[in-house]
Amino acid sequence: MSGHLNGRLSAFAGTGRLVTLGLRRSRVMLVVWVYALTAYAASTAYGFKKLYDTPASLHDFVAGINGNGAAVAMYGRIHVTASIGGITAWRMAAIGGLLAGVMSVLLVVRHTRGDEEAGRLELVGAGVVGRRAPLTAGLLVGVIANLALAVLSFLALISIGLPVAGSLATGLAWTIPGLCAVAAAGVTAQVAETAQAARTLALAALGVAYLLRAIGDAGRVAWLTWVTPIGWAEQVRAFGGERWWLLALGPAVALVLVAVAYALVERRDLGGGLLAARTGPAEAAPYLNGPLGLAWRLQRGALLAWAAGFAVYGAAVGGILKGIGDLAKDSSDMQDMFARMGGRGSLEDSYTAAMMGIIGMLAAAYAVQVVLRMRTEETAQRLEPLLATRVRRVRWSIGHLLFAVAGPALLLAVAGLTAGLAHGLRVHDLGGQLPRLLGAALVQAPATWVAAAIAVLLFGAVPRLAAAAWGVLGAFLLLGQLGPVLRLSQAVMDLSPFTHVPKLPGGEATATPILALTAVAAVIAAAGLVSLRRRDIG
Amino acid sequence: MTKAICASGLVKTFGRTRALDGLDLTVRSGEVHGFLGPNGAGKSTTIRILLGLLRADAGTARLLGGDPWRDVTTLHRRLAYVPGDVVLWPNLTGGEVIDLLGRLRGGHDPQRKAELLERFELDPKKKGRAYSKGNRQKVALVAAFASDAELLILDEPTSGLDPLMEEVFQRCVEEERERGRTVLLSSHILSEVEALCDRVSIIRRGRTVESGTLAELRHLTRTSITAELASPPDGLTALPGVHDPDVQGTRVRLEVDTDKLDEVLRHLTQAGVRSLTSTPPTLEQLFLRHYEDEAPAGMSR
Repeated sequence: MSGHLNGRLSAFAGTGRLVTLGLRRSRVMLVVWVYALTAYAASTAYGFKKLYDTPASLHDFVAGINGNGAAVAMYGRIHVTASIGGITAWRMAAIGGLLAGVMSVLLVVRHTRGDEEAGRLELVGAGVVGRRAPLTAGLLVGVIANLALAVLSFLALISIGLPVAGSLATGLAWTIPGLCAVAAAGVTAQVAETAQAARTLALAALGVAYLLRAIGDAGRVAWLTWVTPIGWAEQVRAFGGERWWLLALGPAVALVLVAVAYALVERRDLGGGLLAARTGPAEAAPYLNGPLGLAWRLQRGALLAWAAGFAVYGAAVGGILKGIGDLAKDSSDMQDMFARMGGRGSLEDSYTAAMMGIIGMLAAAYAVQVVLRMRTEETAQRLEPLLATRVRRVRWSIGHLLFAVAGPALLLAVAGLTAGLAHGLRVHDLGGQLPRLLGAALVQAPATWVAAAIAVLLFGAVPRLAAAAWGVLGAFLLLGQLGPVLRLSQAVMDLSPFTHVPKLPGGEATATPILALTAVAAVIAAAGLVSLRRRDIG
Repeated sequence: MTKAICASGLVKTFGRTRALDGLDLTVRSGEVHGFLGPNGAGKSTTIRILLGLLRADAGTARLLGGDPWRDVTTLHRRLAYVPGDVVLWPNLTGGEVIDLLGRLRGGHDPQRKAELLERFELDPKKKGRAYSKGNRQKVALVAAFASDAELLILDEPTSGLDPLMEEVFQRCVEEERERGRTVLLSSHILSEVEALCDRVSIIRRGRTVESGTLAELRHLTRTSITAELASPPDGLTALPGVHDPDVQGTRVRLEVDTDKLDEVLRHLTQAGVRSLTSTPPTLEQLFLRHYEDEAPAGMSR
């Protein structure tokens, strides 16, 4: 019995030290994420307080949102209608829950499969470290991040003057999807053999959860909302008779997933995945003869996975488009909001443009990931042997950059096509809708290239800070989300390339911003490549 | 004699760390040159400068008659490199990596590749993530030996190989020498360098402290002598060049600077020698002497 217990405990030996190490290694990333999300909550509450300072304006706003399928799909339904706290909690639940999930996935994968892939775990594993310790430590880092986020956003909300109980519920509601994502990433880190695959799997699960609740909320299919952790976060109903018991669901589901992850740890070797490594060809295929062939080999899997996701997302956007216009025709506030986000066309058009804006952000995330793969190759020391051959730095990078340029365009085309197909078939106007929605999607491409180019510049000029490209992309996202709420000045909004994208369909399709954004991207990327040629490698 | 590598006064700093502090290195064409130094001495940094991956802060470096920073493409056509820590792409097989590197270098001989795979007992069908450290190193070694490069730069290439494979490696290097190729072999495995190298450069803290053939370097070292004498020796311990003498009656154990051997032997024969063993200096001792103020425990291989 005691031997068994000792065995159990020794499996966790060293966890504490690994947690400390993990927190230290990720301290910047942790602080930035928690700070950004807390700032998001605080500025939302602050903005709403200024915007809807009379019961009448608040009532109009709530009626406008709840009457609009697109807004409900994006943010969920407003259940607590009579207070600033209520609409703040509503606004934070789905999007904030999604972002807390993304943070959790990135952190946990980084400290589990990421470390393992880089060979760091092997080093640590040789010390006094139990079999379960690395996974446990990675999970704990994720849990700590979520708890810090809950506490800080709670403090931020009460400092703005919102009621204590509701603020606490809002902060804790984030931990439901957050903790579920922590545990889900713990599982995918065991299943997948690479960090990138582990991240993609976990983020895809998160995306599906978000999409299911979007359909559930917008289509009034309650059970769809209730099967997802993000839906539970909405249903907590902070500031209006909080359902505290829902907060237990997050840890409960997380514990089940963690048990699965532990079971998987026992079944696999260090460095291996759940699926036994298969053998491959003894000789390289003819295409594997240069930087482009190698980049294709390294990037194709992720590109296909992203394309599948974009196909589903596009179809979902197109599928509910027909019903949008019928709702909330009488809400001027609603139309106002979408006009700010999506331009001044019909409600369908501005909804579509807003959705395409989100697709554009996602495509930009893909592009940044592609560019940062180069930094991964460099730090993993896989670049050195390549550069010791005839391959020059810029030629090597162009292999990856082709994916950063063509990849987002392809993803946008896929989403535009499926959206156009879904909508065109429903309204029996395939010939008209398909090109319209395809164009609306593709017009985002130049903005994604600017995001990618910034990543190239960081990689070339300050490689140690290359990951800050995510921060830049996050800033663009926050500008788009918060700009209208905070009524930021145009000069500030103009900092984001996505501000300059023509609002299609419905808006004017002018060539100037498209060409200008492309030119800006080209110049920034060229500067990055020049820096890459001059700097030290490694 | 032409020089394959000629570096002088190389300086490279990373932040406040001075990784190279005026390093000199000369490798003649056609020789196997040992590049010795403890971890952190600056071996890999030097190699990275020679490969044009890092730019030296000061000093000059010539590689195969060209500038390693500017003439990257033309130079890299003519060399093959094996990094100290071989990292493979997890989803590419060893065979794919060997072919890829070969093609990037400008082609290699498939027959030689097949022969090397057999000699190193490497399964080319395994994916990168499935290889052990030693097998990853074999992948890079096969790729390098299968190329027709005139200069091989090997950065601690055997740190993960078992003794059997180390022997295969040594034979491969011998063959490269016979084919007239130049090899720069960085190592802290002394027996390997002793067995393979024509000349040796020893570096320490970013500086070259010694350079020459093994014979040239031996004069710096001590010979160990153990003797059984007829009578207790007289005044032996006070002789110049004698170190760590241990005299117990007629049994003597000591180390002597190799250039002071004559005098010591004369003293021993005066006392009457019954038995005598003398051990020539190993490179290891030579090495230890240069680094004896730096934790010798790690150098015991």
